[in-house]
Amino acid sequence: MNQETIGHTTMSHNTLSTTALEQVYDQLAEGITQAGAEKEALFLTKLALLLANQVGDANQVSESIDEALKNL
Amino acid sequence: MHFPDSSPRASLYYDYQIYPFRRPPELNGDTLQHKVVIIGAGPVGLVTALDLARYGIPSVLIEADVQVSQGSRAIVFTRRSMEILQQVGVTDRMLEKVLPWRCGNSFYRGERVFRMEAPYDEDDRFQPMNNLQQQYLEEYLVDQVLAEPLIDLRWGTKVIAIDNQPDGVQLTLDTPEGEYQLHSDWLVAADGAKSTIRGMLGPRMEGDSYTGNFVIADIKINIDLPTERLAYFDPEWNPGNTILMHREPEGIWRLDYQLPEGETAEEALAPESLNKRIQAQLDMIGVDAPWEMDWCSVYSARAMTLPDYLHDRVLFTGDAAHMLPIFGVRGANTGWQDCHNMAWKLAFAIKGWAPEHLLASYSQERVTAAREIIDEASKSTRFMTPPDRGFRLLRDATLSLSLTQPFVRPLFHWRTSRAHDYLDSVLNCMRDDNAEFSAGPVKGAPLQNIRLGDDDYLFDRLGASIYLLYFSDQAELPMALTLLKDAVTRSGVPFEVVQISRKPLASQSHQVIHDPIGHMHQRYDASEGTSYLVRPDQHVSARWKQFDNGDLLTAMKRLINLS
Ligand SMILES: Cc1cc2nc3c(=O)[nH]c(=O)nc-3n(C[C@H](O)[C@H](O)[C@H](O)COP(=O)(O)OP(=O)(O)OC[C@H]3O[C@@H](n4cnc5c(N)ncnc54)[C@H](O)[C@@H]3O)c2cc1C
Repeated sequence: MNQETIGHTTMSHNTLSTTALEQVYDQLAEGITQAGAEKEALFLTKLALLLANQVGDANQVSESIDEALKNL
Repeated sequence: MHFPDSSPRASLYYDYQIYPFRRPPELNGDTLQHKVVIIGAGPVGLVTALDLARYGIPSVLIEADVQVSQGSRAIVFTRRSMEILQQVGVTDRMLEKVLPWRCGNSFYRGERVFRMEAPYDEDDRFQPMNNLQQQYLEEYLVDQVLAEPLIDLRWGTKVIAIDNQPDGVQLTLDTPEGEYQLHSDWLVAADGAKSTIRGMLGPRMEGDSYTGNFVIADIKINIDLPTERLAYFDPEWNPGNTILMHREPEGIWRLDYQLPEGETAEEALAPESLNKRIQAQLDMIGVDAPWEMDWCSVYSARAMTLPDYLHDRVLFTGDAAHMLPIFGVRGANTGWQDCHNMAWKLAFAIKGWAPEHLLASYSQERVTAAREIIDEASKSTRFMTPPDRGFRLLRDATLSLSLTQPFVRPLFHWRTSRAHDYLDSVLNCMRDDNAEFSAGPVKGAPLQNIRLGDDDYLFDRLGASIYLLYFSDQAELPMALTLLKDAVTRSGVPFEVVQISRKPLASQSHQVIHDPIGHMHQRYDASEGTSYLVRPDQHVSARWKQFDNGDLLTAMKRLINLS
């Protein structure tokens, strides 16, 4: 099987295992709390830029931005 | 009656001279029909008049004031501006005084997070940036104008009404000795951002009317820092704001910062507020020298342009045609590109060397340039002065990351005024080999300067003419080219062949540039027979790997014989 049929979307070549996702979930929650209400937006924006740079593909980032805007 | 303020303006370093009103022939009952009248003796109007005189076109230059610019205003002049100003003869004087520079720095939390060097080529005569107060520049231009018999500069004279007809204009002018009428075939509106002519003729600007207000303050102070652009982001004394600093001649420094939201210009310019903020900035960078205020003002950054610079016999140019954001030294630098583009076309139309229709290309090329500038400048503006919460968060995130993450630092890139390439110009010839060149200025771009020897550059050799740069080591020009050149010259059109030869050649009939090691050949990707057709404003309109008389004829038709 190739990567694309394993992942949820055609764009991702790597997805997280449930254990890894849970780890990210916790750490992200702690990070937001640690940043505090006043700095949480700044913290998340920095994180988004860092991850976007790691993804290295503007189209993929653009799709994720659209995805995240759904059902707010 | 118009009574201009005739007491010299105050300044710590500049002696203002008063140029008194003189009674013109029209006030004694003479009716004259002028060729060109230019409104506004600012940097752009002055250069327009000088540029036209190079083609033998006389002009009347109307100025409401009786002295040069209040305060330093535009202080950074680009290399392209210097090349244009060289054509009207003021760069020698400028070079005695300017502070040249090429590096820009961005600071955040006391650290330099970005440093950029503007490209500088060993073939350039001029540095990328040159700092000089606008008063000096205007003074040099005024002196040049006063020495030019073709220009009739009328100080203390204000336009109060205009009647624009398809074949000319009639103006009503107000002076200390009363009103008079002036008739002219053409009118150039170089009357600045608050253009009276634009107001009276009514064309609407398009674009954003408001992108922020900035305090500009010039202080006299001794700061031991090199001439570079200094940008301080989000300083503790002024959270969220950006402060720019530039060195000027005469021991003056320019400070630039955005007004806090909700503050009026009067509040921002109140001495207590100014002193406190300037002192806080100086404290932050560790400067404790005494200082004195020379001039301050509030500048509102706009990004607007007229959609058309040509209205019957009226041509808009400089700030009268567009209002551009402050970031990137866009004001005067853009204005000279405008008027240098316009002057030869107006001269050619007046002399009958080209149809009037040529002037439509002025509007087309320069409106396109203004829109490009608005686009680029709005990117800088979004970073320097974020317009909303989203942009502010991204900017702040970038600042924060910049301390440790090099990948965000290019976002600090500061875009400055550049020469615009008229890639889509109707004047460009389709039948050429532009795409086949691997070097040299592209079709539509201005020429690349070439250092020919000590204090000797390609641009020094250029004047008010169309040029064919013809690369060849042959002693004789092709017969067809000689015949064409003679025919064009007989018709009065200024057209010159400049031969670039690797062998030393002497010619009576045309200029020869000796290129012993083939340096210019290499920079222009040229071999035997390569040719560049160059407009009088130094922009390339066609280039060929191999000269062909038929192609040159087609390109010349395209350039000056449009139907
Ligand atoms: C406060 C301030 C600060 C600035 N700072 C900068 C800067 O830091 N960097 C930068 O690049 N640019 C700056 N600029 C912009 C720069 O000065 C202009 O872009 C430049 O001067 C434009 O030249 P201009 O010849 O088109 O117009 P102007 O220099 O405005 O000249 C217009 C002339 O027309 C005359 N005039 C107007 N109306 C009439 C009338 N009805 N009759 C007769 N004469 C008339 C005026 O007296 C004036 O002399 C600043 C401008 C201002 C106002």
